[in-house]
Amino acid sequence: MLAIQANGLQRAFKGGIKAVGGIDLSIEQGEIYGFLGPNGAGKTTTVRMLVTLLLPTGGSATVAGHDVAKEAGAVRRRIGVALQEAALDSLMTGNELMLLQATLQGMKTDAAKKRCSELIERVGLTDAGDRRVGGYSGGMKRRLDLAMALVHSPSVLFLDEPTTGLDPTSRFTLWQEVSRLREEGTTVFLTTQYLEEADQLADRVGIIADGKIVAEGTPEALKRESGANHIEVILLEGSDPTAATAALSSLGEPMEASGKHDVSIRLREPGIGVADAVRVLDDAGLEVAEIELVKPSLDDVFMEKTGHRLEGSGDGES
Amino acid sequence: MTGASLALARRALLVTLRRPQFLAPLLIFPTLLLAVNTGGLSQATALPGFPTIDGQPPVFFDFQLAAAMSQSLLLGGVGTGIAVALELEMGFFERLVAAPIPRVSIVFGRLLAAAVIACLQLTWFVLLGVIFGAGIYDGIPGLLIVYGIGALAGIGFAGIGVTLALRAGNASTVQGFFPLVFVILFLSSAFFPEALLSSPADVIAHYNPLSYVANGMRAPIIGYGGTKAVLEGFAAAFGLAVLFAATATHALRGRLRAG
Repeated sequence: MLAIQANGLQRAFKGGIKAVGGIDLSIEQGEIYGFLGPNGAGKTTTVRMLVTLLLPTGGSATVAGHDVAKEAGAVRRRIGVALQEAALDSLMTGNELMLLQATLQGMKTDAAKKRCSELIERVGLTDAGDRRVGGYSGGMKRRLDLAMALVHSPSVLFLDEPTTGLDPTSRFTLWQEVSRLREEGTTVFLTTQYLEEADQLADRVGIIADGKIVAEGTPEALKRESGANHIEVILLEGSDPTAATAALSSLGEPMEASGKHDVSIRLREPGIGVADAVRVLDDAGLEVAEIELVKPSLDDVFMEKTGHRLEGSGDGES
Repeated sequence: MTGASLALARRALLVTLRRPQFLAPLLIFPTLLLAVNTGGLSQATALPGFPTIDGQPPVFFDFQLAAAMSQSLLLGGVGTGIAVALELEMGFFERLVAAPIPRVSIVFGRLLAAAVIACLQLTWFVLLGVIFGAGIYDGIPGLLIVYGIGALAGIGFAGIGVTLALRAGNASTVQGFFPLVFVILFLSSAFFPEALLSSPADVIAHYNPLSYVANGMRAPIIGYGGTKAVLEGFAAAFGLAVLFAATATHALRGRLRAG
């Protein structure tokens, strides 16, 4: 059974604005699916339909085997949800919020207390559990939000931009938790604006633009599909870039050099590396200051599929 | 539904008690108005048309206690509305909607908490009454009547607040209805008997359910109006509770449909 399945899922708002224009999804149990797209692409609307907060206006979807429109209650019992900007009541303590969430999930008091205590410890908030959430940092709030979403051990977890606005350390901590969920067999539907996040965590990535999925596959497959590796070269002063380009063209196709680089070559075969390029340049009597092998990134994939770079991709890309 | 409603009521109560800036106006404003009215208008009891008990007018402070209670309960309704609107604004409402609970328990939990808060508000004014020498004419059974009518009216007024919040979706709009509290209050027989109001205020007061709520709570305090006033008070408060619990539930459905 698929954990999440969508067929032609659509959502239009008043005035005919189509936020999601008919998407298909097939996500296996235990898979981490990265849903990538810029602001306004339709990521959050898709998530809101899958978690039963919004009724689709077309198509259908099942989550954990239940129809999101017809069996919303059954879906809600089986999913965990951490929406954008951890919506926590600042006047309540972490422990109180955890216990409330467990009660709303129908857990008995003793079992709820035990589970809450385990999760609070797991996300490193034991010392802060009795403090009001208003005094938590952004990272602590996100970790608490994640713990609340996991309180009833859901089979499918939806994380909507869980690391947006977090510092690198908090982001890394959250990534570790998501990786741990993979080991436990939880299906994770992760929306993100950060390419590195999708690259690191996701088994498969779907790229959404203007309400439609424009690319889908494993990060590696998408990058392979996007293009070959390329070599970027900075020559020592006095070396002729034209001669370097001519020499390196035996390894691949010259590209427009970017930024500070003098020469860029898209390599013909994946086996060609920096050593080959250095040898060719040396044979031509050209001296090199810097040389770098660049592999295609998800940003390149995104650029190719949507025609523009992802906003904030610089924050996430290494 | 009961478990979820109780858990949400407990949570709403907890948060309200931790927000003294919301709770204080519900007690301070009516207390100030009670002091001002009692200090400056007590001669009103001598006016023809003011109710008398065994030929004597009631103590004006005792008469005004039910008015202060009614005002406090109305303000409580605005407070509940603002609290719900803030939950909508900060996204906490969505967390509740995404939980596997009957969604109507989100409204019922709030209204249940409003009933408990109404009892706390009434206790404040009962204590004030005791401190300043008001006698509860019908004793403990009379107090139970005051709490019964007050708690039902508290649910009704909270229902108005929740309805407004769910329709508007923001706290500032709900807060904008605050002045209406005084219009509703002054166009009722909460502060002065209907017989002393001039037209058309007396006609409006006659059809204003708040008049019956205030008179119903006042009856066991001053011993005027008897069973009729109490029953009318219960009927009006119950009607408000049912009507506005229904409008709040309807508003919730509308909001969920709109997404």
